[in-house]
Amino acid sequence: MKRWKQSELVPVQVELNGVQRRGLCEPRVLLSDFLRDTLGATGTHVGCETGECGACTIRVDGVAQRSCLTLAVQADGRCIETVEGLAQADGSLCELQHALRERFALQCGFCIPGILMTCAEMLKRRPLPEDEQIPGLLAGHLCRCTGYTDLLAAVRHTVAEVRRREAAHPASAPSVGVHDA
Amino acid sequence: MRDFNFHRPASVAEAVGLLRKHSGGKFLAGGQSLLPVLKLDMADPSDLISLSGIAELRGIRVEGNTLIIGAGMRHAEVAQSPEVQRTIPGLARLADHIGDAQVRNRGTLGGSLAHADPAADYPAAIVALNGTVQTDRRTIAADDFFTGLFETALRPDEVITAVRFPVPTRCAYAKFGSHASKYALVGVMVAKTADGVRVAVTGAGPYAFRAAALETALGQSFSVAAIEALGENLGVRADDLNNTAEASGAYRKHLIAVLAKRAVAACL
Amino acid sequence: MSTTTTPTPKGPLGQPLVRREDRRFITGQGRYTDDIVLPGMTHAAIVRSPHAHARILSIDTTAARQAPGVIAIFTGQDVAADKVGGLPCGWLVKNKDGSNMVEPPHPILVADRARHVGDQVALVVAETRAQARAALSLIAVEYEPLPAVASLAAARAAGAAQVWDQAPGNVCYDWHLGDPTATEQALKAAHQIVEIDVYHNRLIPNAIEPRSAIGQYESGTDSYTLYTSSQNPHLIRLLLGAFVLGLPEHRLRVVAPDVGGGFGSKIFHYAEEALVVWAARKVGRPIKWTAERSESFMSDAHGRDVHMRARLGVDKDGRFLGLHVQSQANLGAYLSTFASSVPTYLSATLMAGCYTTPAIYVEVKSIFTHTVPVDAYRGAGRPEAAYLLERLVDKAANALGMDRLEIRRKNFITQFPYKTPVALEYDSGDYHATLDMALAAVDYAGFPARREASQARGKLRGIGFSTYVEACGIAPSAVAGALGARAGLYESATVRMHPTGSVTVFTGTHSHGQGHETTFAQLVAEQLGVPVDSVEVVHGDTARIPFGMGTYGSRSLAVGGSAIVKATDKIIAKGKKIAAHLLEAAEADIEFKNGAFTVVGTNRQKTIGEVAFTAYVPHNYPIDKVEPGLEESAFYDPKNFTFPAGCHAIEVEIDPETGVVTLENVVAADDVGTIINPLIVDGQMHGGLAQGIGQALFEEAQYDESGQLLTGSYLNYGMPRAADFPFFKVGNHVTACTHNPLGAKGVGEVGAIGVPPAVINAVLDALAPLGVRDISMPATPEKIWRAIQDAKAKAQH
Repeated sequence: MKRWKQSELVPVQVELNGVQRRGLCEPRVLLSDFLRDTLGATGTHVGCETGECGACTIRVDGVAQRSCLTLAVQADGRCIETVEGLAQADGSLCELQHALRERFALQCGFCIPGILMTCAEMLKRRPLPEDEQIPGLLAGHLCRCTGYTDLLAAVRHTVAEVRRREAAHPASAPSVGVHDA
Repeated sequence: MRDFNFHRPASVAEAVGLLRKHSGGKFLAGGQSLLPVLKLDMADPSDLISLSGIAELRGIRVEGNTLIIGAGMRHAEVAQSPEVQRTIPGLARLADHIGDAQVRNRGTLGGSLAHADPAADYPAAIVALNGTVQTDRRTIAADDFFTGLFETALRPDEVITAVRFPVPTRCAYAKFGSHASKYALVGVMVAKTADGVRVAVTGAGPYAFRAAALETALGQSFSVAAIEALGENLGVRADDLNNTAEASGAYRKHLIAVLAKRAVAACL
Repeated sequence: MSTTTTPTPKGPLGQPLVRREDRRFITGQGRYTDDIVLPGMTHAAIVRSPHAHARILSIDTTAARQAPGVIAIFTGQDVAADKVGGLPCGWLVKNKDGSNMVEPPHPILVADRARHVGDQVALVVAETRAQARAALSLIAVEYEPLPAVASLAAARAAGAAQVWDQAPGNVCYDWHLGDPTATEQALKAAHQIVEIDVYHNRLIPNAIEPRSAIGQYESGTDSYTLYTSSQNPHLIRLLLGAFVLGLPEHRLRVVAPDVGGGFGSKIFHYAEEALVVWAARKVGRPIKWTAERSESFMSDAHGRDVHMRARLGVDKDGRFLGLHVQSQANLGAYLSTFASSVPTYLSATLMAGCYTTPAIYVEVKSIFTHTVPVDAYRGAGRPEAAYLLERLVDKAANALGMDRLEIRRKNFITQFPYKTPVALEYDSGDYHATLDMALAAVDYAGFPARREASQARGKLRGIGFSTYVEACGIAPSAVAGALGARAGLYESATVRMHPTGSVTVFTGTHSHGQGHETTFAQLVAEQLGVPVDSVEVVHGDTARIPFGMGTYGSRSLAVGGSAIVKATDKIIAKGKKIAAHLLEAAEADIEFKNGAFTVVGTNRQKTIGEVAFTAYVPHNYPIDKVEPGLEESAFYDPKNFTFPAGCHAIEVEIDPETGVVTLENVVAADDVGTIINPLIVDGQMHGGLAQGIGQALFEEAQYDESGQLLTGSYLNYGMPRAADFPFFKVGNHVTACTHNPLGAKGVGEVGAIGVPPAVINAVLDALAPLGVRDISMPATPEKIWRAIQDAKAKAQH
């Protein structure tokens, strides 16, 4: 067993929801633990060890991924978005948050931060997913409270709203990026 | 998780050099399989050598009748690649159904093949399509690549750089996923090529294997009826297949026939 | 569907208000136990037994003590030396002969013997979570593995290994309820006897928030704080303080902040809660422990795991005459907090269902095994009763060649109150109404055409029903006490009006997804005639709330809500005295309506805000009659259980080639009593249905013969995902509860209770043409495929 002295910790710098943050950690530290324990961003939750529950999903350079299956050192220099960054600075909710709230899509709230980040990526896909594709795109999440019924209604509603808006005002659609880390 | 050192080489040569220097080390690709293994303390590498920043491992291109996919390409990239969709749409579809959205955003072709999970999807593709694994030092034919449960022909310090897929006439993959893990309980890839039909099965055994009886039958008549005519004579024994709480060997054997039929139907 | 048969309300009661708690959850500002960081906090990890049954020969902690960051290591010897008590069981069940059940010790760290995989053996405290976990593998525990029993059958076999020497045959108790003689006579007189044998699969609750606990000791005040992911902080304080650690309750604060789902599994007092508090004093710093998911699988109480056999006697017209049920329940290795009550008082008492069966006799043997303790999980005992009955009723209809709905209608209870032969008195219900509602919603008339369409595509289609009743809102304390409960079952509330008219409500219930902060605010706003936004609801902190029993058994509105009504009634009563003084009228002439106190027959009035201000600034005040201030507490002890009931209808399509079941229609028509917020009621229904369908189709905790958990992670314990369900159709037909002030019954568990038999009945309906007569839960693809193969083979012979 190796011993880590403070000097042997690795610096990790990320842009977290638009703010440069820096922390020191062992290379073995998971990005989820780095966010929660080192940076104090506890909005991202950890529900399992094996990468199944999806509660820890965040976006790294725009791409939804599990922060519990990513090392903090792999995120060095990257741009990270978490649930804390979804609302406007003035506290107004984003469209997706609003829809989830209006349609009673959550109960205990523990799985929701991850689901929101997967959905945020989903809304950037072009073409936008069809209604029947949406459950499959949420296959990486477990919610034990809601039976997904109202959640799916909220997400479908939001996707439909975006589609309707874009049909009315065609603009350059964002593309799905996949980054290297 | 145990301690390890982390390295981020910029080239394949540097990565290989690092692994030779740290013989207890391991390469880290997308991490979607390796990190759970480390978290469950089922492996204890001294060093992790990340392959993610290596430009040589990226890219998808078509050369003549061969599709070449860089080992570092993520499942979502393969699924959405116009080159893949145009040349081997069955492979794009397979990639689009690996794991879940988050896994597809991180996991890579090379990582999946090197990990050699018996229930992974890509092994069925490379075996059925008669692909070739290109490493930093040699090429390995698909039929020689998988050697056992989580075992491949790769040497510890060997890095997959790309996979070459000969473009088939048609191909399709049918999968019966585990409800819990989404891994394949059984997955069958059927490929029709100028040289004949290849059928590869993943999930059912210790590693992806070819189903000779199915290949012969489909070679004579590329039809659902040809598989139905085989009945139980699929050339595999239920006792030799994986037997777990979720699916017995007998059920998996049955699923091989069902999925082969569905894959053939999708090709037609 | 999603309709109710009550008119649209005018006040806050019954309005579909969005939940006020959601804002913090969707912005990442929920505060769960693991989010809390205390100054100087350390981290704990637990060495758990890898064996189902083993003697602990030695524990060598030398290497681990040298590991980086390790502060302390504790073993069962340390716990025993400190005379720490064991985890107590909250319900004493008696044997048939009147003697007490076997209550084995339940140490917070085992010293000499481990009795299930995951049993806690040692505690490591380190500077960081990673260091604590890394040190686990350095602790060398020498085990002598012993033979184990991991199933009911194994535990009952001749010569089976003994979990406890004091429990011969591994029997914890052998209990019964009902009239054996009358039942035997009824069965003898029956035209036909229908028999069934069912196994209620073992489930793992799997709240997505893993359990977490932080213990803190402050020597300056000699006081302790426990933050824990619990459904009932006061119960934990009582058990931890009085029984386990012997701490005075006034120096022990228990906080259950935001809790990420419970479903019963977070009711119980767990060893880790006691360990972090006990060890925090030893190390002089706060200690946090949070379960890894693999630990949750082997340390959270599991649910169900009951085997039942039953005989139902029917006359030639299909009337039920008598029912004899014999059940064996797996309790696991130790008695968890409420384990003993689940197969008995929460299950056997429901064996009448919604039918007039006049004679019922239930025998229950509860059995120890070398597995994780089993306790209440969403529904707790009632799903077992409903599943047994609703499968049995379908079977009886088949046996008699009767329509399965007709046989139900023929036996429905229609006169209320109705006293069952198994100790309950149903106060209200309308079982025909919910059945009719479900039939309409599922378009039963159109089913034959849909079945034909499926057939044309090579698929098998089936429809299944269950008409269930359950008992919740537990329960009159005196009755429960007479039956063995060791706690009261009332609920508490304090309503504090502030000087400027806003209100804070302190409730003894706990919300971990149920939306109490919204529902209770609506309730108080209605009662006091103030805006919903001016009501704040506080729960989950023993330092702030009155002594309450927490949230389980669908009790929060029926019992906790009733306590709130009692407290607001007291506020109004006191307000009348103050208003009478201010308005210079007789108290008897003051009426309270829409937030104002009015002199009857005049327009002279004072708003409740004005009255509140006067109460806190009592310059012109009836000081000789009432005290200043406007704050009232109330405790409400229920007069009876409440009895939600309903009909669930499920339509499935089965792929005969693979055995895969697709849910085509999920309908639930329920009577959950008065509804405060229909959105929340629908949500509770959806969640219950999802977990009930999970039990029926996907979920099962499996042990191998040696007691190793085969389904120990999300990779092999399947739970419903978004793609598994069609849109749920839920609706309500309200008959009010007659004995609580709200008329509320409870909604938290009805989905999980009613739906599993409807799913299995639908699967069997689909498979009936092939000759398949039985299938066990979960009806996995392979199981269905095998049943089809077996039926085909049988048909050929």
